[in-house]
Amino acid sequence: MNVGILSVQGDVAENVSAVRAAMSALGIKGTVSQVKTPDQISKLDGLIIPGGESTMIGQMSLVSGAIKTIKEKIQAGMPVFGICAGLILLSKNAKDRVVGKTGQPLLDLLDVRVERNSFGRQKDSFEADISAQPLGIAKTKGVFIRAPSIEDIGKGVEVVSKFNEKIVAVKQKNILATSFHPELTNDISLHKYFVGMIAKKKK
Amino acid sequence: MIPLSGNIDNAKGKIHHKVGNFQVSRGTSTLKRGFAHMLKNGVVMDVTTVEQAQIAEEAGAVSVMVLDKLPSDVRKAGGVARTASIRVIEEIMDAVTIPVMAKCRIGHVYEARVLEETNVDMIDESEVLTPADETHHIWKWDFTTPFVNGARSLAEALRRVEEGAAMIRTKGEPGTGNVAEAITHIKKVNDELRLIKSIYDSGDNQDLVRMAREFKVSYELVEQTAKLGRLPVVNFAAGGIATPADAAYLMSLGCDGIFVGSGIFKAEDAKERARAVVLATTFWEDADKVKEAQKMIDERQSMLGLDVKNLDLRMQERGSTA
Repeated sequence: MNVGILSVQGDVAENVSAVRAAMSALGIKGTVSQVKTPDQISKLDGLIIPGGESTMIGQMSLVSGAIKTIKEKIQAGMPVFGICAGLILLSKNAKDRVVGKTGQPLLDLLDVRVERNSFGRQKDSFEADISAQPLGIAKTKGVFIRAPSIEDIGKGVEVVSKFNEKIVAVKQKNILATSFHPELTNDISLHKYFVGMIAKKKK
Repeated sequence: MIPLSGNIDNAKGKIHHKVGNFQVSRGTSTLKRGFAHMLKNGVVMDVTTVEQAQIAEEAGAVSVMVLDKLPSDVRKAGGVARTASIRVIEEIMDAVTIPVMAKCRIGHVYEARVLEETNVDMIDESEVLTPADETHHIWKWDFTTPFVNGARSLAEALRRVEEGAAMIRTKGEPGTGNVAEAITHIKKVNDELRLIKSIYDSGDNQDLVRMAREFKVSYELVEQTAKLGRLPVVNFAAGGIATPADAAYLMSLGCDGIFVGSGIFKAEDAKERARAVVLATTFWEDADKVKEAQKMIDERQSMLGLDVKNLDLRMQERGSTA
């Protein structure tokens, strides 16, 4: 299994170690690599789009041509896990809580409307124990950093986790997305679930 | 996961309360350092106006740093340099979606308090402003907002981490357009990290104790850092970066990202240069892409570089003994 972490910008290394830990916990053999170019992305069985600045990751992926390859691969069924900025990039629709609609490039695949910086600025960033019952995860630490939330979902999108009234994790076919950062904790349950998605697809 | 060496569990800046059905914690080390991790491989740009902040955002900056004057203008103006106008900071926060940082003076607890109330995303306790306290830096564990601090050596970096900094930027000489000092300091930090790691690997605890005394930080922090083989927080390069190639070179020396100050908005081709520096930082491993970035700018429009040896004011030295 060949898993890639989009390494344009953001917390790439943390996801590399989380996927490695998840693979070894599941006894799955595979490689985890940092990917940037369309060529590297075309060889993947699964991709994580990590946290970072979604505007920057989107623009630079557009410049390198990576965005087109990512889109084609996901449409062809490759499992993808979008975290925070990754959730925003995967979405069909995103607006900022303060600034409103911006011209940032989106992959336009996940049928959700995302509100960026939904919980406020960095001082309002928070940690809380949340659950992701539909994935069989009773309790996990949610690390929300200037996090987005999902305001509205389309047909075929499953709500995976909520923080009070706000949706913070969803699944739509081969797309998994969270507004919080599992890679910043010691809990690898979400990464294990994602590696499982790739394993199932490969069978 | 992120290393939390030097963490203080009962820090005052941590807040615990209930939000609806959830018990929530704010201001933890995971959140503060985690925020800095989200900036990795990115460029933070100094700005003084809303227009510059928007140019920075469009160019792909991961954050902007609001100042009253760019370092090169601080140099020219002389006098006491203080934190930027709160009104300008607020205008910029309302105009861009990327995080907004602002600088306070070294040791000036109340400038920092004001910035925290303003809701900036990160506070830079910076030697670019005139230091307010000659002997102490701010005790940053009392804040919910994360801090970034400058450092010229591992000792200085670890002292700042021990005080609660969530991010380090190795100091160059700001406002000079001369990258030499930034290179010297990142190399020094790397050398010192290698040294303490080799001492740790050799199992010579007494020598690590000696290093802790020399660094003026706790043995635990030195030991944990030595074990990690890197700083427990992210480390960006800063000071004197003026071209895409400058940025790429510093990335190749192991920096997690770049701060660019006067280098962009003191150049005549600011818009193009901002994009080019971001491009070179993202694709630093690819010399051909860095060449493309370098080609986007014109050396005849670069800011005039200053030879550090002839400067009357060396900002990098401010606060470095504390």
